[in-house]
Amino acid sequence: MPQLNLLDFPPQLVWLAITFVILYLVMAKVALPRVAEVLETRAERIRDDLDRATELRNEAMAAQATYEKALAEARAQAQNVMRETSAKLTAAAAARQAELAAELTAKTKAAEATIAAAKAKAIADLQSVAAEAARSATQRLIGVEVSPADAARVAAATLKERG
Amino acid sequence: MAEQHSPLEQFQIRRLVPIEIGGVDASFTNSAVFMVIAVALVTLLMTYSMRGRAMVPGRLQSIAELGYEFIANMLQENVGSAGRKYFPFVFTLFMFILFSNLLGMIPYSFTPTSHIVVTFAMAFVVFVGVTVIGFARHGLHFLGYFVPKDVPWPLLFLLVPIEVLSYFIRPVSLSLRLFANMMAGHTMLKVFAGFVVALGVLGGWAPLAFVVALTGLEIGIAFLQAYVFTILTCLYLNDAVHLHH
Repeated sequence: MPQLNLLDFPPQLVWLAITFVILYLVMAKVALPRVAEVLETRAERIRDDLDRATELRNEAMAAQATYEKALAEARAQAQNVMRETSAKLTAAAAARQAELAAELTAKTKAAEATIAAAKAKAIADLQSVAAEAARSATQRLIGVEVSPADAARVAAATLKERG
Repeated sequence: MAEQHSPLEQFQIRRLVPIEIGGVDASFTNSAVFMVIAVALVTLLMTYSMRGRAMVPGRLQSIAELGYEFIANMLQENVGSAGRKYFPFVFTLFMFILFSNLLGMIPYSFTPTSHIVVTFAMAFVVFVGVTVIGFARHGLHFLGYFVPKDVPWPLLFLLVPIEVLSYFIRPVSLSLRLFANMMAGHTMLKVFAGFVVALGVLGGWAPLAFVVALTGLEIGIAFLQAYVFTILTCLYLNDAVHLHH
């Protein structure tokens, strides 16, 4: 077995020591610090980016809150205006309606009065006509002259009796 | 049949450039070639890929970062933040073993981790380092590690030697596991690859299919053994740093 040849031990040990120490020095002094630096920089960058993202998100959320507040205010204001206008319009409408109603009532009353007057006049006319007709009929039938006053009284009584 | 190779021949150490320093044989061998290639590849992966320091990583940078975070998490989970300062060592250990293992999967290459002396040297460094850390952090209290808590005292005569033995067996089991896995896998590949040739065009397909499947398995084992070596190192470190059992 070549591995047990004692004469081959020294050169292997010498070169193992040389190569291993060189590799150790290169790794310890150059390579590993460089890798560590790159990894550290990357971790830092990621951390920074995350921090910035959080910050931006907070800003965005604040902006949204402000916007929503403004929106709510505007909405409330709009509702107020609407309510006020609506109340104003309702009041105006009510006033006009009341006015109209009063006017109509007045007109109705005037018309009723006119009608009543006309009716009274018509009744009076009817009475005189009836009295005159009764007087002339009496004269024709029995030849008795009835005084106009009596005729008017009888006509009025008859009209009253008949409604 | 002079050309018939032993399946173990692939583990032969060849001196490419004979060097001797102060009586010590420091020849540049085929094993050293692949150690150097492994170091070069890991260096390339961990530096060249990170040259852009891209915020959004590309493929290669993703692999480098994945490796970094994998080992960093392993250390964090097993040792906690006290293990932070051993991170470069653990990372180097993992990458060195992983790339040595993986390079060995290339045909005609060499696997430095298939030699017990290499794996044992690494396990021994881990063992000594962990022991030194234990004593440095806790002083002589570190010896309390060998005394299990809440145990009737007569049992301690049995348990303390077992604890001590299991502690000292650590570098052996740690190095043997990696070495044996690498060697067994490569030997098996070689043996079955030999069958392909021996059985010829008609019968060679079955062992060929097996070799293909085995290669996939071996790549998995290359990762797994690097992981096991590293996580055991983390667990030993945790024992030394936190002292609880």
